[in-house]
Amino acid sequence: MNYGIVVEIRGLTGLADPEGLAIERALPSLGFTGVQGVHVGKMFRFSLDAPSEAEARRTAEEMCDRLLANPVIERAEIRVVADPTAPPA
Amino acid sequence: MTPDVGIVCFPGSNCEHDVAWALASLGASTRILWHGARSVGDVGAVVIPGGFAHGDYLRPGAIARFSPIMAAVADFAASGGPVLGICNGFQVLTEAGLLPGALTRNVGLRFICQTVECTVESASNVLTARCAPGAVLRLPINHYEGNYTCGPATLAEVERAGQVVLRYRDNPNGAMHAIAGVANPAGNVVGLMPHPERASDPLGVGTDGIVLFQSLLEAAGVWQSVSRHRASADAAI
Repeated sequence: MNYGIVVEIRGLTGLADPEGLAIERALPSLGFTGVQGVHVGKMFRFSLDAPSEAEARRTAEEMCDRLLANPVIERAEIRVVADPTAPPA
Repeated sequence: MTPDVGIVCFPGSNCEHDVAWALASLGASTRILWHGARSVGDVGAVVIPGGFAHGDYLRPGAIARFSPIMAAVADFAASGGPVLGICNGFQVLTEAGLLPGALTRNVGLRFICQTVECTVESASNVLTARCAPGAVLRLPINHYEGNYTCGPATLAEVERAGQVVLRYRDNPNGAMHAIAGVANPAGNVVGLMPHPERASDPLGVGTDGIVLFQSLLEAAGVWQSVSRHRASADAAI
């Protein structure tokens, strides 16, 4: 069965995120006040053929460990959706 | 004996000939090792040069670490062979797990191209063996992602074990503890963000890179004679 996989990569808590900080500082100049904690990450979307949802998640976790994320600086959050063509939740 | 140095070339590498020129000017023979090769041959040292291996896609070095030659480089490093990663090569070595930490975007989000001063922190590695600890070297940097980053335990360990090789005097990119170069625990694998090959001729930005390549060539010569001796001893059995 085909599963839709959405992987969100974020920087580890506590690590500098200069890009997020620059955006956070830019927003008030456009009138968006009260914004805090802007972080910039990456997102991957793909469909994956797997025998079960658990198996699809396990495979995606291994992909993150070995390639999609660098555990020294990043952590990955994986979502598995039944319909791979559906937009990410 | 003239040591042979293998210089790895990935699609997107762009400093391999500069490194070859700098090493050749010190009497070494060099060969370019294409990333698709599965062996480094009988070289005395391996250099992974600067550039944008595989376009820096995903993260710098993230795809390069899966190039076929990297398994051979890992074997070479594990057996004690000298390995040097310069700039993008440093990023490749951290992604490959041959060096601790990671290189992230510069604080200030600027590509930095300038000559900086670095202090030699340790001489117990293949890059700074001929330097006196405390010596200051003027070396050019040229990067967007050179901000050395690692977890607190790793940071404490590399400091404790003397694995910090070079430290910026005026931290240009936000690197933790101003780290410009690190070694593995054995000291035979070293990565640095500055480009010693661009400080190897008086017509360039000085000659402070020469002593680093001399250290590497000395280690390469020792390694090559030891490994050739071992190979001939094996053949005699």
